[in-house]
Amino acid sequence: MSKKRIRVLVAKPGLDGHDRGAKVIAQALRDAGMEVVYTGLRQTPEQIVSAAVQEDVNVVGMSILSGAHGTLFPEVIKLLKEKGAGDILVVGGGIIPEEDVPALKEAGIAEIFGPGTPLEEVVKYIQANVKN
Amino acid sequence: MFREDQLEKIAAKKESWTAKLEATKKKRPERQSQFATDSGVDINTVYTPLDLKDMDYERDLGLPGEYPFTRGVQPNLYRGRLWTMRQYAGFGSAEETNQRFRYLLEQGQTGLSCAFDLPTQIGYDSDHPLAQGEIGKVGVAIDSLADMETLFDQIPLGKVSTSMTINAPAGVLLAMYIACAEKQGFDKSQINGTIQNDVIKEYICRGTYILPPEPSMRLISNIFEYCSKEIPQWNTISISGYHIREAGATAAQEIAFTLADGIAYVDAAIKAGLDVDTFGPRLSFFFNAHLNFFEEIAKFRAARRVWAKVMKERFGAKNPRSWTLRFHTQTAGVSLTAQQPMVNIMRTAFEALSAVLGGTQSLHTNSYDEALALPCDESVMIALRTQQVIGYEIGVCDLVDPLGGSYYIESLTNALEEKAWEYIGKIDALGGADKAIEYMQKEIHNSAYQYQLAIDNKKKTVIGVNSFIMQDEEKPKGLLKVDLSVGERQVAKLAKVKAGRDNAKVESLLKDIREAAQSNANLIPVFIDAVKEYVTLGEICGVLRDVFGEYKQQIVF
Repeated sequence: MSKKRIRVLVAKPGLDGHDRGAKVIAQALRDAGMEVVYTGLRQTPEQIVSAAVQEDVNVVGMSILSGAHGTLFPEVIKLLKEKGAGDILVVGGGIIPEEDVPALKEAGIAEIFGPGTPLEEVVKYIQANVKN
Repeated sequence: MFREDQLEKIAAKKESWTAKLEATKKKRPERQSQFATDSGVDINTVYTPLDLKDMDYERDLGLPGEYPFTRGVQPNLYRGRLWTMRQYAGFGSAEETNQRFRYLLEQGQTGLSCAFDLPTQIGYDSDHPLAQGEIGKVGVAIDSLADMETLFDQIPLGKVSTSMTINAPAGVLLAMYIACAEKQGFDKSQINGTIQNDVIKEYICRGTYILPPEPSMRLISNIFEYCSKEIPQWNTISISGYHIREAGATAAQEIAFTLADGIAYVDAAIKAGLDVDTFGPRLSFFFNAHLNFFEEIAKFRAARRVWAKVMKERFGAKNPRSWTLRFHTQTAGVSLTAQQPMVNIMRTAFEALSAVLGGTQSLHTNSYDEALALPCDESVMIALRTQQVIGYEIGVCDLVDPLGGSYYIESLTNALEEKAWEYIGKIDALGGADKAIEYMQKEIHNSAYQYQLAIDNKKKTVIGVNSFIMQDEEKPKGLLKVDLSVGERQVAKLAKVKAGRDNAKVESLLKDIREAAQSNANLIPVFIDAVKEYVTLGEICGVLRDVFGEYKQQIVF
């Protein structure tokens, strides 16, 4: 029996317009056989969580390069839990200083992928850690 | 450019040489089966006059400062004055950015370049819910004229030129700049600088759009018209390929998409009734300097030649100044690595050198720590010193267009020009750049994905990322951090400004803006009246959003 395809929401929270990385990751996950929805720019945490629930995804991947990750990433986790979607695997990427990573992980972000991460590494991480 | 009999001799010589080359290749196989630039131009082993046999010197190159400006926009370029060394800066509060500006001026920087935070760039005041977490992060927060006054405290705006990276609300920030200069005691005709004001590339790839294309183009035409009459030294737009390249475009796409955007702005202004030669001379451009050294130099040269032809032949501009493509350059942020960050100093230096050899008018060099955080004082200083080494120590500024006439550079300039015209033709067929946004996004994304795959499969070497990796690399210290209290302080300052102004007057000024927006009037004078009374950016943009609606992005990937 074939395994269910992994469904991923790639999201751009906040006002930051840098979406090169988000789109490249989205394409790589799609090429790896996952079903990928990309939100587009300027999504509030509420919009991201509602899209995640509506699209019934297993994974949310967020990208921020503006420095607003400390506020917005934890807010998404909090709202996902409130909606009973706390089992979704949430990962992040962008320009995120290493010293901020422990607090983000503490808040419930499973992994942070910084600049220079090979696409393969993200694909494998998701395949290994998704709760399907 | 070469005599027929000379070319025949060279061709014969090359034939026997090629046989020798093939024999050599058998003994010394080449590192790659094929060599090509980032734009996909094949690179031969060597270039000769045969590669330039159709070239006509006067038609294709000319002399510096003469049509088609391939060799530069000024006759003596850096022999007269070096490019403007202009480091993009701005973070946190207006006080902090003012300190950074003054530090840079003390270090010998010759112009300012201001970064605004995202709420400011999208026309929201700091007390807007969407500003949460973003205040002061990627630039300085400006809500009202009060912040602008602090930002330029003790910096004489009649003497320093300032470039402002502001697009959708450019007219409002320009109004604040004018009001601030007047408060300092200068006449507005004395101010000098640039607003980015390029909204099409915001739709394509940078993301700080507010209004739909039609009212955005009208605001841009309003700015062209106002500035041509009132502040003739001002660069009314900086048509930007930088972000298009950062988003993934190749060098050829960077030229083509940027100039296609330029064509759309000229078209709109002509349709609004302006004469091409009144605003044409004040259009300026902004390019990226990426890693592929020779291709970048050729790119700047090709861009100048294409734009000269566009303005002269397509739009019939008569003033030679309308034909010239003057540009700012920034080194490629996307080429910086978080790994072994000091190596970024070298990358940036080579990129900066390509911009200088390409004849840039001003330059920003990135700091080595920018893949990790906003740059600290030390890294910014090294970045500025990099420009000073190029300008003062290595002798490349003692003549104009030193690589002009290189068989390779000229051949590559021709190849990039040809590719650029092809893309411009496609965009024309779609109805122009403002109608071809999704097409360009798709092309850029495809190039970005191919670039990443080339890194992942090691076809492209990135030191520290896929090659020459250091285990247990020491993490850099002293990274700049913007603390969250900036947001709280900014919101408090805004509340104080709103409490201290004449709010009845504010209401009436906002009504004036609404009426002007609904009519065909030029909006800039009403913006100036409003900001002088401390009407905020968010209030003005709120009225514009209400009258014109907001742009909705199509999702393409």
